[in-house]
Amino acid sequence: MAEEHEALTGAFSGLGVDESSLLSVITQWRKQPEKRQGFRSSSPFFKPHGSFERCEDDFVRSLKVEFARFKNITVLWAMHPWERDARWIHHVLHKAHPFNIVVEIACTRSSDELLGARKAYHALFHHSIEEDVAYRVKENYCNLLVGLVSAYRYEGSRVDDDVAKSEAKALGHAIKSAGTEDPVENYEVIRILTTRSKAHLKETFRHYNGLYGKSIEQDFAGESCLGETVQCLGSSASYFSKVIDKAFREEADKNAKDALTRVVVSRSDVDIEEIKAVYEQQHKAKLEDKIVKNTRGNYRDALLSLVGV
Amino acid sequence: MSTLTFPSPLPSPAEDCEQLHKAFEGWGTNEGLIISVLAHRPAAHRREIRRVYAEIYGEDLLKPLDKELTRDFEVCARAVLLWVLDAAERDAVLANEVVRKWSPGNRVLIEIAVVRKTEELLAAKRAYQARFKRCLEEDVAAHTHDEYRKLLVPLVSTYHYEGAEVDKSLSKSEAKTLHQKIKDNDYSHEEVIRILTTRSKAQLLATFNEYHNEFKNPINKVFTAHRMLDADPKNEFLSALRAIVRCIICPERYLEKVIRLAINKMGTDEGALSRIITTRAEVDMKQIKDLYYKRNSVALDSAVKKDTTGDFEDFLLALVGHEEA
Repeated sequence: MAEEHEALTGAFSGLGVDESSLLSVITQWRKQPEKRQGFRSSSPFFKPHGSFERCEDDFVRSLKVEFARFKNITVLWAMHPWERDARWIHHVLHKAHPFNIVVEIACTRSSDELLGARKAYHALFHHSIEEDVAYRVKENYCNLLVGLVSAYRYEGSRVDDDVAKSEAKALGHAIKSAGTEDPVENYEVIRILTTRSKAHLKETFRHYNGLYGKSIEQDFAGESCLGETVQCLGSSASYFSKVIDKAFREEADKNAKDALTRVVVSRSDVDIEEIKAVYEQQHKAKLEDKIVKNTRGNYRDALLSLVGV
Repeated sequence: MSTLTFPSPLPSPAEDCEQLHKAFEGWGTNEGLIISVLAHRPAAHRREIRRVYAEIYGEDLLKPLDKELTRDFEVCARAVLLWVLDAAERDAVLANEVVRKWSPGNRVLIEIAVVRKTEELLAAKRAYQARFKRCLEEDVAAHTHDEYRKLLVPLVSTYHYEGAEVDKSLSKSEAKTLHQKIKDNDYSHEEVIRILTTRSKAQLLATFNEYHNEFKNPINKVFTAHRMLDADPKNEFLSALRAIVRCIICPERYLEKVIRLAINKMGTDEGALSRIITTRAEVDMKQIKDLYYKRNSVALDSAVKKDTTGDFEDFLLALVGHEEA
C-alpha cells in the first residue's frame, strides 16, 4: 500500500498530473474505501478535522492548476499564434503580471507576427495593444514597452556599419550615466532598441562587445525591462532557455511555471531545436530529461512532443 | 469621392504602353499625350500599364518618364512620377523625402500618418522597407528630436484600432486629462502624447466631443489660442498638435487648407499641390474641391489654372476632374 501512496503523492507533485497512475490506483482500490481513508490520514494533502480528514485548500487550488496544465497547453497549441500572443499580452496588462512577457512577445516575434498579434488584439479587445500598454503601464519603462510593441522592424539584412558603431557607443554612454538617468528612460536607448532592425541590433551589440569588452546582456542585466529586451533581441534562444529553466526550480512561482507552457508552445514550430541546444550547453542537462523529471502525465507527453522527442 | 475621369471602355494596357512609348520617342516629349493617358486611368490600370511596359520594353516606366519629363519641367515630372506609383509607394517616397529634410514646422508626416487609414499606413510602411531597406520608424526617430520625436514616432508606429467601439468613460477622463495639461501649458506631456498618438480615431472623436461639451471650447481652438498667447510666436509644437486634431476631425478640411496655403503662398508651393492632388485625386478630391469653393468663393480648377502653367497645370487639372470647355 505504501507504494500506492507514493504513486498518488508522486502523481500530484511536479507540473501537470500523472493521470494514468491515478487511474490505476483508482482501479486497484475499487470497493475499498478504507484504502482511500488510509491515504487521506497519512497524506499531507489532508488535515484531520474532527471526525474526518479535510482536503487542504492549497491542495484543492494546486490540483485545479495542475490538472489544467494539459488543457491550457492544448488550447494554446490549437489557437492561431496571433490570438495566442494577443491574449497573453491582454492578460499581462489586465492582471498585472510581469511585463517581461510583453517584452518577450514584442522582441522575439517577426515583424509580421507581431503585426498579426496587433490585428488579433483589435478583433478581440477593440483596442490597440499600443494604447493599452501606454495607458496601463505606469512604471518608468512604459515608453520602452510602447516602442517595443509598436515596432514594425525592417526584416532584411542590410546594415549601416557606421551607424551601428555610433549607436553602440550611445548605448555604452547610457549605461555609464546610469547614476544620473535611468537607462530605460533614455530616449536614445529607446530609439535604438525599438526602431532598428534585428540584424542591425546584432551588429550594434557586437560592436558594443568590441568597444567595452563586455556583452551588452551583461551590462544591462540589472536594468528593469532593458535586460530582457537586449537578451530577446540579441540571443533569444539563450533567453528562452533561461525562462524554461526557471520553471523547474524549487522556488518557481505560478508565473515561472506557466512560462514553460508559453515558451514551448510558442517556439515549438520556430526555434525549439536551437533552444534545446543552448539549454544543454547552459545547464549541462538535456531539456527532455528535465521535462521527464519535473512534469507529469499528459502534460509531460504534450511537452515532449512539442519539444521534438 | 474621386475626381478622376477616364474613357469608357478603357484602352488595354498594351495600347496605352504603345502610346506612351511613342510619346517618349523622337525629339522632345509629347507631354500632352502622356498626360492624356496617365491622368485618365485608375490606379489598378496604371499598375497594369507599368507592369506591361516593363514586359514589352524591358524597363520600368518610371525611367523614361523621369528622363523625358525632367528635362523640360521638373515639377511636372515629380507629379507624374508620384501619380504613376502605387498609393503605398507614393506615401513611402513622400515620407522619405520629408524625413530626410525634416524640420519642426513640417507637417507632412502628420498628414500622412493621420489622414491615412491604418491599413494604408501599414502598406506605406511595407513599401518604405522594400524601397529604402530601413523601417519608417527608425528614420523618423533618427531625424527628429525632443518632443517632436516623442510625438511623431508613436504617431507613425501605432497600428491603430479602426473600429467604432468607444469607451465613453474613457473619453470623459481623457478629455479631463487633456484639459488639465493644456491649462498647465504642458502640451508635450506624456499623457497628451499618449492620448493623441495611441487612441483610435473613433475614441478620439468622442474625447474631443466630450472636451467641447465639458469645457465649452473645441480643442483645436484651444491649441490655437495658446499658440497665440505663447511667448514664442513660433510654437510649432502646438501647431503640430493642432494639425493632428484637425486631421482626425475632418481630414478634407485640413487638406483644403494645405492646398489653399500652397496656392496663396508667394510663388506656389508646387510640392504641396502635387502631393495633395496626386494622393487624394482617387480618394476624396471631390469633397476637397467643394470645401475649397465654399471657403474661397472660387473653384479649385480656376485657382490652379491661375497659379500654374504648362504641362504641370494640364496634369493637375486633369486629375482634379476639370472639364475642358
